[in-house]
Amino acid sequence: MGLTLIEKIWQEHEVINQGDGNSLIYIDRIFLHERTGSIALKGLEKANRSVRNPSHVFCTLDHIVDTFPGRGDETLMPSGKDFIISTRSSAKKADINFFDLGDPKQGIVHVVSPEQGIALPGVTLVCPDSHTCTVGGLGALGWGIGSSECEHALSTSTLTVKKPKMMQVIFDGTLPVGVTAKDLILHLIQKCGAAGGTGYAVEFSGPVVRNLEIEARLTLCNMAVEFGAWTGIVAPDDKTLEYIANRPFAPQGETYHKALAHWENLRSDSDAHFEAILSIDCETMSPFVTWGTSPQHAIPIDESIPDPAQETDPSTQKSMHRALQYMGLNPGTKMKDIAIDAAFIGSCTNSRLSDLRAASEVLKDRKVASGVKAICVPGSSLVKQQAEEEGLDQIFKAAGFEWRESGCSMCFFAGGESFGEQQRVITTTNRNFENRQGKRTRSHLASPATVAASAVSGKLNDANSLEIG
Amino acid sequence: MMEPFEQHTGIAAPLMQINIDTDAIIPSREMKSVSKKGLEDGLFAEWRYLSLTTRKENPEFILNQDPYRSASLLLTGENFGCGSSREHAAWALYQWGIRVIVAPSFGSIFYNNCIQNGILPVVLGPEKIKELQTFVELNPAVNQLTVDLRATIISAGSNICYPFAIEPSDQQNLLQGLDAIGSTLKMMSSIEAFEENDIHRRPWVYL
Repeated sequence: MGLTLIEKIWQEHEVINQGDGNSLIYIDRIFLHERTGSIALKGLEKANRSVRNPSHVFCTLDHIVDTFPGRGDETLMPSGKDFIISTRSSAKKADINFFDLGDPKQGIVHVVSPEQGIALPGVTLVCPDSHTCTVGGLGALGWGIGSSECEHALSTSTLTVKKPKMMQVIFDGTLPVGVTAKDLILHLIQKCGAAGGTGYAVEFSGPVVRNLEIEARLTLCNMAVEFGAWTGIVAPDDKTLEYIANRPFAPQGETYHKALAHWENLRSDSDAHFEAILSIDCETMSPFVTWGTSPQHAIPIDESIPDPAQETDPSTQKSMHRALQYMGLNPGTKMKDIAIDAAFIGSCTNSRLSDLRAASEVLKDRKVASGVKAICVPGSSLVKQQAEEEGLDQIFKAAGFEWRESGCSMCFFAGGESFGEQQRVITTTNRNFENRQGKRTRSHLASPATVAASAVSGKLNDANSLEIG
Repeated sequence: MMEPFEQHTGIAAPLMQINIDTDAIIPSREMKSVSKKGLEDGLFAEWRYLSLTTRKENPEFILNQDPYRSASLLLTGENFGCGSSREHAAWALYQWGIRVIVAPSFGSIFYNNCIQNGILPVVLGPEKIKELQTFVELNPAVNQLTVDLRATIISAGSNICYPFAIEPSDQQNLLQGLDAIGSTLKMMSSIEAFEENDIHRRPWVYL
């Protein structure tokens, strides 16, 4: 029997097969950030252990740093400076690759790792951050870990991992105009639930995925964790190889050609076995938005808020009631009738150049509705620079968006900046959990184009409707 | 090094919601220092306190009620610990006093973080959890639950006794309180042999 893509990568990294479903897996790349990486590095120091292979370890500042122009080590988040200073000091001591403030390589870890060629097809990459699955978009096997496992990876270049079950999700048909990777993943989570992928590694495939550009594939894989999956991956193809060429940490010259030959084989065999296969027809799909406090609370933006009374499972029903109460919404309300207070474009899900281009296309010659606070935070210093070279910053600013330095920013509330109590935010981020973006803040997840269209409409709206409306 | 886990008996608190995420278990702003310690105060902070500044307790939150204040087991809904990878969630639960969490399913990173920190995650069907909840709620202080990790059994009184499944490796790690890094470092020769071979196969990986 053939192998799945993930099984191939697994096999290639297996140092020891422990015979009980677990393997000692070789870890090619480790990425850290100041929020949790600081603790892993400090933990190692305390235990008198060292980073085994510093040149394979990368660290950036993204989670806690402010995103205001002219920022430094001081942060709005109380004690944020301690994390930054501790990370910088530990990173220097451990002699790992460190992307400090002011470095053009600084940015959100999952934006930086593909952008710099640190994530490559077929490599294993871990980070103490749940969205590490993002790099699956390049055909890398990436997954999030805790600080203890991170210390393990840092000091041994390996992790003991239980082999996950394999799931194939086929996105079939053609994607309608205005529907994006973000909508695909929200649709999947809505259909199967936030625990739908628990225990699985998910390979996304099908014609729709083939047609997605690399950055969109990164978005798709980014939210595999919101699906409950261990990770998500897309088989590399010509687009992937083209994307990787000449990235700073990617192989060059003769090594690059050797790598190309190797990467050719990185696809699931036709007789590979998946424990679960799911096919989704995309022909009639429309832009999605969330109404509640779990990514599974997603619906097409043209629809109305579902009625918990129609739900047969009591615990799901209870969670729907709770979500509606938190969100200050009622069943039956049309999504497009919901007024917003703020719009946020950023995060490891949707802050890459193509995301900013999609939003700016909507924003061009338009203004953010009055009373709506609108913020755009590019995913990396390089994305920011490239966007400025294209004049996107001017479009955002002219429309009334704040234009920030790169970082995770208001994807989550760490005690610093937030949208405020009961403020309703349309956001390109990945988590609409209670209190995620601020105390009692109400988050609606959507694609960059939908966020931009909502910002100019003052209520939830998609870009297609904006054109005709 | 974590504490070995063999057997545990204690008060169980039913926190019957699905999809309780690690942001709810410990909000980001409660992770105030570069440390694994002192996190018990921030556990479920948003639900536990009426005011985060004065820390005035919310009497409606179950862990603020007696005898659940002394709970060491949690009964909860599907997908517990989903979301962020922050190990602070496991540290905060442990430091507050939780040793066992019973749920139909767990967020996978959180599950591993529990194993790393001596917390036993028990996967049990929702109907069985409901039965345990009913038993506990009759008299929470007295109707305690017992978990035997060696026998992989969770029991309640003399009538309820459920086996549960756990990976043998996870079971062993919890039973022995293993130092995972120490064990792997003993296999260094295998890791080095892997690299010697791999560097010829995939030279571009080695920077």
